Amino acid sequence: MPDRTVLRVDGLDVHAGSTPLLQDVSFAIDRGERVGLIGESGSGKSLTALSVMGLLPEGLGATGDVRLAARTPAEHNLLALGERALARMRGDGMSMVFQEPMTALNPTMRVGAQVAEVMLLHRTRSRRAARERAVELLEQVGLPDPAHVARAYPHELSGGQRQRVVLAIALANDPALLICDEPTTALDVTVQATVLDLVVRGVEARQAALLFITHDLGVVATVCERVLVMYGGRIVEAGPVQDVFGDPRHRYTQGLVAASDLSGADGRRERARLPTIPGSVPPAGRFPAGCVFRTRCAHATDVCATPPPWTPRGEHPAGATAYGYACFHPAGGEEDG
Amino acid sequence: MGEGTGTPAVELRGVSRQFRRRRTSLLTPAPVVDAVRDVSVTVARGERFGIVGESGSGKSTLLRLVSGLDQPTAGEILVEGRPVHDQPARRLGWLRETLQLVFQDPMSSLDPRMRVRDIVAEPLVAQGRHDNRERVHELLEAVGMSAEAADRYPHQFSGGQRQRISVARALAPGPDILVADEPVSALDVSVRAQVLNLIDEVVDGFDLTLIFVSHDLSVVRHVCDRVAVMRRGEFVEVAPTEQLWNDPQHPYTQQLLAAVPDLHGALAGRTARDLAADVARRGQDGAGTG
Repeated sequence: MPDRTVLRVDGLDVHAGSTPLLQDVSFAIDRGERVGLIGESGSGKSLTALSVMGLLPEGLGATGDVRLAARTPAEHNLLALGERALARMRGDGMSMVFQEPMTALNPTMRVGAQVAEVMLLHRTRSRRAARERAVELLEQVGLPDPAHVARAYPHELSGGQRQRVVLAIALANDPALLICDEPTTALDVTVQATVLDLVVRGVEARQAALLFITHDLGVVATVCERVLVMYGGRIVEAGPVQDVFGDPRHRYTQGLVAASDLSGADGRRERARLPTIPGSVPPAGRFPAGCVFRTRCAHATDVCATPPPWTPRGEHPAGATAYGYACFHPAGGEEDG
Repeated sequence: MGEGTGTPAVELRGVSRQFRRRRTSLLTPAPVVDAVRDVSVTVARGERFGIVGESGSGKSTLLRLVSGLDQPTAGEILVEGRPVHDQPARRLGWLRETLQLVFQDPMSSLDPRMRVRDIVAEPLVAQGRHDNRERVHELLEAVGMSAEAADRYPHQFSGGQRQRISVARALAPGPDILVADEPVSALDVSVRAQVLNLIDEVVDGFDLTLIFVSHDLSVVRHVCDRVAVMRRGEFVEVAPTEQLWNDPQHPYTQQLLAAVPDLHGALAGRTARDLAADVARRGQDGAGTG
């Protein structure tokens, strides 16, 4: 594993009994790199994050190789680690921000104590230093009068303020990897802008790797340099945001970008019919064999019943899985038609 | 009825709705929340009128008032010239034929124990129309669903299809006005476009007046002719859609527009830092004037 790689996921499969939920998910994130993971509900975004964090719900099995270089070189497969070892890494080497800040915070504990707790649990600071650092962190995430906020309970804060507190907790031990799962979906747009800015500043200041999960293409393009597109439990396309959204190869990405563009920026009349992807996302485990998108794809042929190989699109420092697509009939190429 | 054509579809005159919160002390009166404050607006027949605002701005309260599900503490609400604001629910039967609603979450607004046939027919039954098999099939066809869907239950459909069922139910009594409260907010991007196209089709096809509420500015922009921006219970700006987008007058509208992380902007190099800085700057301007 090269020095700069913080997280490497190789051939991750997650299944519930005999139902596959994630298949052959492979990607890597370098230090200081901001990577988006985008997909519709049921595509497997959150499962990917939970697999890395070791937080999969009971009854789900994961196989594959997940390695994290945090504090020490990545010598262990996280999927093989026991709960004690994982608990030592969560909140320290890697941390996560969830969608709903109210359920992520303890309602009976003052927020300052909750920020300090993560430092005390991992023994990164003394009791007193942790308390002081908690106030500093609350200030870093832009909360006015942080000493006062530290004494507040979660219910006294607004949704945006709570999410800042959760972010402060996640960043408290300077993790090598920060995972954000739809951190701004429950927030108003004006608040969202500020929280996105804080996430980017937080990981930039620590040179942390960021995995940012969302269904909003505009948010990914604003926050991340590179994006992974997920559908039906597989990564179907990956690459720099500019290329994946500006010139998509996979037919699913192409449809997604077209369907989410309501602005009519390409000169079409406002009230024109929106391009759509036919049908809807199948429930988990009901995706077709071969290409997972073929039942909704206008370009599908017989060959699509076999799994499409990963086609690298160009060189990328984070490896072959960082820039490419898995499609037999890609858009944008010569064979388009 | 020739004289009716000039009557606006919906007219609000100085509408306010206050809620009394729980008392926090025996010595002070219960605090009062102004959910809607002195809103006046006229929506013409056939217009597509949008209301945008963030959570807590009063959008949903306003819709409830217009739909006769709640009564204003002050002001008048007229739907097709007839008063809604001072009528008890039992005298609003005509309103249920004239104005129908589509809600945000099609899972909680469709009864899980009813077949689609009965869900779509329920507004008809409420009017005393019992032989409606044909009509249900017509309605399902109008929203792009097959007749066999009629015998299934809501949980057997995806979110987008459930929202189609909601639209079919709303169309059942043959309304003139369709009120949609965040109809695509719970849907995936690829399905959202389908439902927006459907709403567009039925509004055109059935000559409806549309009142469309959303927190998502780009959705409202796509759907509506005229938009009201709501904040803290008030309309801070009402303007034709393109005018609002190209030349927003109120600082809050400017702030909202600046806050949207849109794909084209991001690909052109607009970072999270730019976005936040823009919002903060407009926010300060807003605080100065407002």
